[in-house]
Amino acid sequence: MPAPTVLRSLVLAVALAPACAVPGDSPAPAAQAAEVTAPQRIVTLGNSITEAVFALGAGDRVVGVDLSSLYPDAAAALPRVGYYRQFSAEGVLGLRPDLVLASSEAGPAAALEQVRGAGVRLELVPAGENLDAARGNITAVAAALGRPEAAAEVLAALAADLAEADRLRARVTSRPRVLFVYARGPGRLLVAGRDTTGAELVRLAAAENAGDALTGMKPWSAEAVVAAAPDVVVLPTRGLESLGGVPGLLALPGLAETPAGRAQRVVAIDDLKLLGFGPRIGQGVRELLVSLHPELGEGAAP
Amino acid sequence: MSAGTARRVRPVLLGLAVLVALGVLLELAVGAAPLDLPHAVACLFAPDAGCDPGDRYILTALRLPRALGAVVVGAGLAVAGCAMQGLFRNPLADPSLVGISSGAALGAGLAIALDRLLPVLPGGFTQPVLAFAGGLAATWVVHALARVRGQTSVVGLLLAGIAVSALAGSAIGLLGYLADDRQLRDLSLWLLGGLGGLTRDVVLILVPLVTLAGVLLWRRARDLDALLLGEAEAFHLGVDVERLRRRVIAEVALAVGVCVAFTGIIGFVGLVVPHLLRGLVGPRHRVLVPAAALGGAALMLFADAAARTILAPAELPVGILTSLLGAPVFLALLSRVRATELS
Repeated sequence: MPAPTVLRSLVLAVALAPACAVPGDSPAPAAQAAEVTAPQRIVTLGNSITEAVFALGAGDRVVGVDLSSLYPDAAAALPRVGYYRQFSAEGVLGLRPDLVLASSEAGPAAALEQVRGAGVRLELVPAGENLDAARGNITAVAAALGRPEAAAEVLAALAADLAEADRLRARVTSRPRVLFVYARGPGRLLVAGRDTTGAELVRLAAAENAGDALTGMKPWSAEAVVAAAPDVVVLPTRGLESLGGVPGLLALPGLAETPAGRAQRVVAIDDLKLLGFGPRIGQGVRELLVSLHPELGEGAAP
Repeated sequence: MSAGTARRVRPVLLGLAVLVALGVLLELAVGAAPLDLPHAVACLFAPDAGCDPGDRYILTALRLPRALGAVVVGAGLAVAGCAMQGLFRNPLADPSLVGISSGAALGAGLAIALDRLLPVLPGGFTQPVLAFAGGLAATWVVHALARVRGQTSVVGLLLAGIAVSALAGSAIGLLGYLADDRQLRDLSLWLLGGLGGLTRDVVLILVPLVTLAGVLLWRRARDLDALLLGEAEAFHLGVDVERLRRRVIAEVALAVGVCVAFTGIIGFVGLVVPHLLRGLVGPRHRVLVPAAALGGAALMLFADAAARTILAPAELPVGILTSLLGAPVFLALLSRVRATELS
């Protein structure tokens, strides 16, 4: 039998697939007869979007959030429809939302399509990890809520925090080398190289990214850590907890040989405040500046 | 087949069919949205009778395709498992032995880890297509490696399957190590398997392909029965063992590959269901294959209904449930077999 049957089945499958894949035009029931300007039941998918909705004063109309939405406490107490990359369409639709506000990274695509197909308004907010994205996030969420004017107040608060951060940055005299670590237990440690959220935060905090020899998030290696010679280690609070606190972190291979290890300089940050680039990013940057630059001392804002 | 199992065939098949019907009703009646069975039935069959369009959408676009998808996926995995157990003449065999699952996982892993580099296919099909291709490719490699002078052997297939699975597993490990947190989470969710991706379009692809593979496997029933007697015996009964092996593997790869591509890894269905039913209806594949199809469909329906409600409005990956249910059943079976062997 010269032609392998496996191959034949494959050809068959490929030939059949497009024929079967003709998408049935999904009848979209008109759930919203008139354009609803002020949504009353909102489901948010993505932590920074949830934070923005609450900051914009529409938190009382949120009826469901995704698993990553842990701030504020009122949001964390709402029904969870699953992780935002793997949410359940029926879970969302069952909450009878009139607006689903999702990060552009939310998914799966099939679930997004099903939400749209049900005639529920779905707004995707561009995800991004820089200050422009943080501002854009607030503006886009406010527009989707039908209250673009509400964005001004939140943006002003963010701008004030960032202006304060600028003032702090002007007074900075040191430029510590910072190793940004992402940890989920000692077996899963990554350091932030170039083009990462961590590197961006370090830059905003007027410090030098010790991991710049790498690109992207890279697994921890003792030698690379020694070579990076960080003065400070920065990591999310929950990551530090997963390592067993500061002693657990300092016991990691290589770290003891670095200035940060010898001086035991470890800064734990609130990952929700900083990593999501939500409305509290300015506040987070201010705090990071103060903890990375001792010279800012008591004169700095808390 | 003993007289006892022969007498049992009809009631068992009937009972399984009833279970499938109940499972479909359950799948339609439960879920995160408050929509009970009478309401659901009214909505489906008398759409004008005051049925909310939102409810009807949930029923016709979400729950109904998913119920049909669960039937097809459960049946496909169980029939494939049944054929593998016949082919390897071993009740512990399942489709993952020839590398389908690990190849598909590698394909899906590549799609997840390289999501910024790969072209985006319409409908988010990049990942299913790569997973399907990965499953078929791995199976083809296993079969090619196991072939010596035009002949394959059970041992050769097993060894090649283990080697290819290990290779794919380490490649997945590497991808996971290099992935960022979001990708890692996507990957682990894929490996747990779930029916959330079974939309209408997907079910339209699944139904014909899995049915085709299932029917072809059913047609191998007589040859698989002959093979149970031994390879030499099957040969003397006129079975071209080499050709049978090639065909069964290809058909299993098609059935499992296309299911896994859209659902991720769903464990234990292909192992436990045929194993369990062999005890009830006997080893003859003409009966065992349809029984396994019904049993697999029923198990998948009940497991998915549970997966959709336990954590509502979130969903539990159904692969966790099938393994959670499957492993103890399997252990119980093993201990019963050992007990009868000892007595």
